[in-house]
Amino acid sequence: MTKIVVVTSGKGGVGKTTTSAALATGLAMRGHKTTVIDFDVGLRNLDLIMGCERRVVYDLVNVINGDANLKQGLIKDKRVENLFILPASQTRDKDALTQEGVEKVLNGLRDMEMEYVICDSPAGIEKGALMAAYFADEAIVVTNPEVSSVRDSDRILGILSSKTRKAEQGEGDIPARLLLTRYSPERVDRGEMLSVGDVQEILAVDLLGVIPESQAVLNASNSGAPVILDLESDAGLAYADAVARFIGEERPHRFLTAAKKGLFGRLFGG
Amino acid sequence: MGIFSYLLPKKQNTASTAKERLQIIVARERSGRGGPDYLPQLQEELLAVVRKYVPVDPEAVNVQVDRESGCEVLELNITLPEGEDD
Ligand SMILES: Nc1ncnc2c1ncn2[C@@H]1O[C@H](COP(=O)(O)OP(=O)(O)OP(=O)(O)O)[C@@H](O)[C@H]1O
Ligand SMILES: [Mg+2]
Repeated sequence: MTKIVVVTSGKGGVGKTTTSAALATGLAMRGHKTTVIDFDVGLRNLDLIMGCERRVVYDLVNVINGDANLKQGLIKDKRVENLFILPASQTRDKDALTQEGVEKVLNGLRDMEMEYVICDSPAGIEKGALMAAYFADEAIVVTNPEVSSVRDSDRILGILSSKTRKAEQGEGDIPARLLLTRYSPERVDRGEMLSVGDVQEILAVDLLGVIPESQAVLNASNSGAPVILDLESDAGLAYADAVARFIGEERPHRFLTAAKKGLFGRLFGG
Repeated sequence: MGIFSYLLPKKQNTASTAKERLQIIVARERSGRGGPDYLPQLQEELLAVVRKYVPVDPEAVNVQVDRESGCEVLELNITLPEGEDD
């Protein structure tokens, strides 16, 4: 059985690609055969975050159009077994993604016995985002603790409950879980940032995880190694926990409280 | 922060303002979705008809589809302005 997962948000720049890369890598590290697909047609970026940008020959649209077969389009990760990347096309033609085309690619991945297919959605609620979500069995809604991101997440949740194939076929809502990223417990303590409880109360969905605001994410993208490979970082560990919860393990949430400061830090710290 | 922050007046808690504003807008946006695609149009035309006879606010006409034990009910609520009972 292949599970298709869309990583979506409505609002741009909240951490979908960072999350897709981490989730796919984390699943593969645990031995699950996984492909991560970049649906951001025109704005390919997942290849950079995965560190395989120089190995891109064909892309999603090439495979859809039959210019290349699926095996030619997939890039096999060099660090982690069982991990494949299908990059987005750089074409500006937004109609390049068709429902039949995407279905064909997903069926090909089913034939390859992928366990997970992670669909990195573009921002917005237009065609690209709808296409990334349409065939999903499950959704991860990436949200930042900030008003416009939370509102957009609620809109996306509404869209997910009516615009997926499962919803159209009357199979009901696909399960959707919240991943709150760029969380800063210090700012929550100071009353400057919505808390994880606030966001959960507003969106009323299950919480998959909380990823702290972390320098490690920029370091990871600089070097093209998904942050989950850095298990000395807070963000890397938080993503590893989220992956464990995703496959049904129980993990307590970490990094929700501000690090305690010593007397010196309390007097002079920022 | 640091020692001097204790001397400054406490800043207001903007997170709680954000939460209140979000709760209101999200509730409003949710109520307008999930129904059939024709609902907004239906609401607009109904409003126009009602307004031929009674001057009402746009919010006065509320159309909603409810599912009750297997059958769908189109619920229509029109609030008339006060003091119109002549
Ligand atoms: N936990 C985090 N801590 C710090 N920075 C982060 C974190 N998560 C994401 N970022 C930064 O936020 C920016 C946007 O991340 P990313 O590209 O993953 O978002 P996106 O939702 O895919 O954006 P788009 O909508 O453009 O596709 C990047 O610069 C990334 O490094
Ligand atoms: Mg992205």
